[in-house]
Amino acid sequence: MNANLAPTLPATRTSGADLELRAVTKRFAEFVAVKELDLLVPSGTFFALLGPSGCGKSTTLRMIAGLEAPSEGSISIGGADVTSLPSHKRPVNTVFQSYALFPHMSVRENVAFGLKRKKDPEAMAKAQAGLDMVELAHLANRKPAQLSGGQQQRVALARALVNRPQVLLLDEPLGALDMKLRRQMQLELKTIQTEVGLTFIHVTHDQEEAMTMADVVAVMNEGRIEQMGPPRELYELPRTAFVANFLGKSNLMRGEVTGQRAGLLEVDVAGRSVLLPEERAVQASGQVVVGVRPEKITIDRSSSGAAHNELSGTVIDVSFTGTTTEYLVDVPGIGRIGTFSQNRGQQPAAVGDAVYLYWEADYSFGLAGDERMDAGVEQ
Amino acid sequence: MTQTITKSGLSDLRSKDEIRAERRKGRTGVYLVAPGLLVLALFFALPVVVLLAMSLYVKPPGAEIGEFVPGFEIGNYATVLSAYWPELLRSFGFALIATVLALLIGFPMAYLVAVRLREKPLLQGILLVLLIAPFFSSFILRTQAWKQILADEGFIAQTLKFVAILPADGHLTATPFAVVAGLTYNFLPFMVLPIYANLGRLDTRLLEAAGDLYASPVNSFAKITLPMSAPGIFAGTLLTFIPAAGDYVNAALLGNNRNTTMIGQVIDSRFFKVIDYPGAAALSFILMLSILILVTIYIRRFGTKELM
Repeated sequence: MNANLAPTLPATRTSGADLELRAVTKRFAEFVAVKELDLLVPSGTFFALLGPSGCGKSTTLRMIAGLEAPSEGSISIGGADVTSLPSHKRPVNTVFQSYALFPHMSVRENVAFGLKRKKDPEAMAKAQAGLDMVELAHLANRKPAQLSGGQQQRVALARALVNRPQVLLLDEPLGALDMKLRRQMQLELKTIQTEVGLTFIHVTHDQEEAMTMADVVAVMNEGRIEQMGPPRELYELPRTAFVANFLGKSNLMRGEVTGQRAGLLEVDVAGRSVLLPEERAVQASGQVVVGVRPEKITIDRSSSGAAHNELSGTVIDVSFTGTTTEYLVDVPGIGRIGTFSQNRGQQPAAVGDAVYLYWEADYSFGLAGDERMDAGVEQ
Repeated sequence: MTQTITKSGLSDLRSKDEIRAERRKGRTGVYLVAPGLLVLALFFALPVVVLLAMSLYVKPPGAEIGEFVPGFEIGNYATVLSAYWPELLRSFGFALIATVLALLIGFPMAYLVAVRLREKPLLQGILLVLLIAPFFSSFILRTQAWKQILADEGFIAQTLKFVAILPADGHLTATPFAVVAGLTYNFLPFMVLPIYANLGRLDTRLLEAAGDLYASPVNSFAKITLPMSAPGIFAGTLLTFIPAAGDYVNAALLGNNRNTTMIGQVIDSRFFKVIDYPGAAALSFILMLSILILVTIYIRRFGTKELM
């Protein structure tokens, strides 16, 4: 797909436009789906809205597309206010979760639909070029029902892309595909976005998908954005328990700040002292929740020495996953801590073994003390 | 040698069992369609053959009224056709106008109930019942009611006279208008229900997608809703046109003797009043064949795969 992308695209590249949402609220009767959402997506960004189902991400997307009207607030694209514009007048196209291909039209007619509505004299030629881009030119005369799920997904993508919208909206477009095809389409989407330079808004509940594809990820929960930033930043330094748990896994421990030295907070967690860099903590005093990602923890039968945060406990579960082995360790007074080790040489521990868990203080992050520890944990 | 015989005997037995099972399966199918075939043979195929034979009967010289003998008089067809072609044409004309009117009135009704009220099942149910409710009263009674509605002293005639659309001495009853209105009304549910059933399955997400691809609501309707409801419209128009073309109750109750006579009335009077059995049979055949030809042309032109 990448190879024949360049020649099929028009020489004049219309790059994407800034998208801005100001204090957007959406209410459905009593239910508030989106709460005073402020969002600025710079032009040309691959932006992912990530959250569990019912968090308001799809509603947000539908408001940008003009398929729902915000109850309050305003939406602007490229500086122009589009809040009251109906969907057919917005410079936005959507790849729908259901694809929503027109079953009575051929694949080519589907792709040409938007161009024809705009009275583009080269609609059919551009549609053919669009199908070339997604490598489906040979199926142009088929009806959508005669294509596989992956092919339909590509038609839906081509149908939106050929219009060169200022903002392209993707509503969980890979949701219906199997794992392998999904991974392939993720890479292809990312490549296309880089090539055409459009602003992509990608809605997904798959955290891995959001992290691999997006430049910026916004984690949404209960109608609000919990945290927004580049994927690595979000992963390494979550600011809420919801983000810590929803984006990857986290070990969270509640404790009390007891002291401070050389930029490190000393936290008393069930009688043990755990160190936490002050700039990685949401608050520097009182009750806090200390977190650490599982892969940052080393599991060992012997103690490491004083330089590390260290806990001790008993292995209660070992599961082999191929490249790694996952351990669940019960630490008295704290609870279960998860970690894993690469499968090289000897297995460090078996069920029932007494083990030490240690990690560098710099890997700890601190959250507010009143956080629900299980917020964002996928059931 | 003995062994071979036994073996072949066994295999023969097994295959016979299989064959029997297959035959039984085939016979089940025959049993299932048999009642239907029997009814069709007795009450459709046989009468059609009798009708065809009857249409070719001849009246012997000096015969009494209603006395005919079997024959092969093709001329019967020419005679009735030359005498009653205006009524035949009028029947198709009235049926066509009624079908178009029923479509224009029925489509928005079906659209409202099936698409617009999809989120309100209670209201949807009530409207659907109201649509079918007229079926619970007699066809004749409903047509009689139209006589009252369109009567000279009725609200509609008075209003039309008041705004001078209808001249002061004009009538609505006993006019082609009344007959077409009756036909339209009586066959409206046959138009609405197939379109309703079709639009009920319309995926409104397609309309969202069309809007997202710069199609105005009017454009979405023309490019998505209308083409996708074609099978429903197709079925509705056929279900309205075919019975309307052969109908004689509306013309008899709401028409006059000058310019509203439909072919159904002619067949009725040929058969029961003039006692011209061959003429009535020939006209019935002509009506049947003309409808068959018209419908075939229509199917060829607009038919969808689902119906072919």
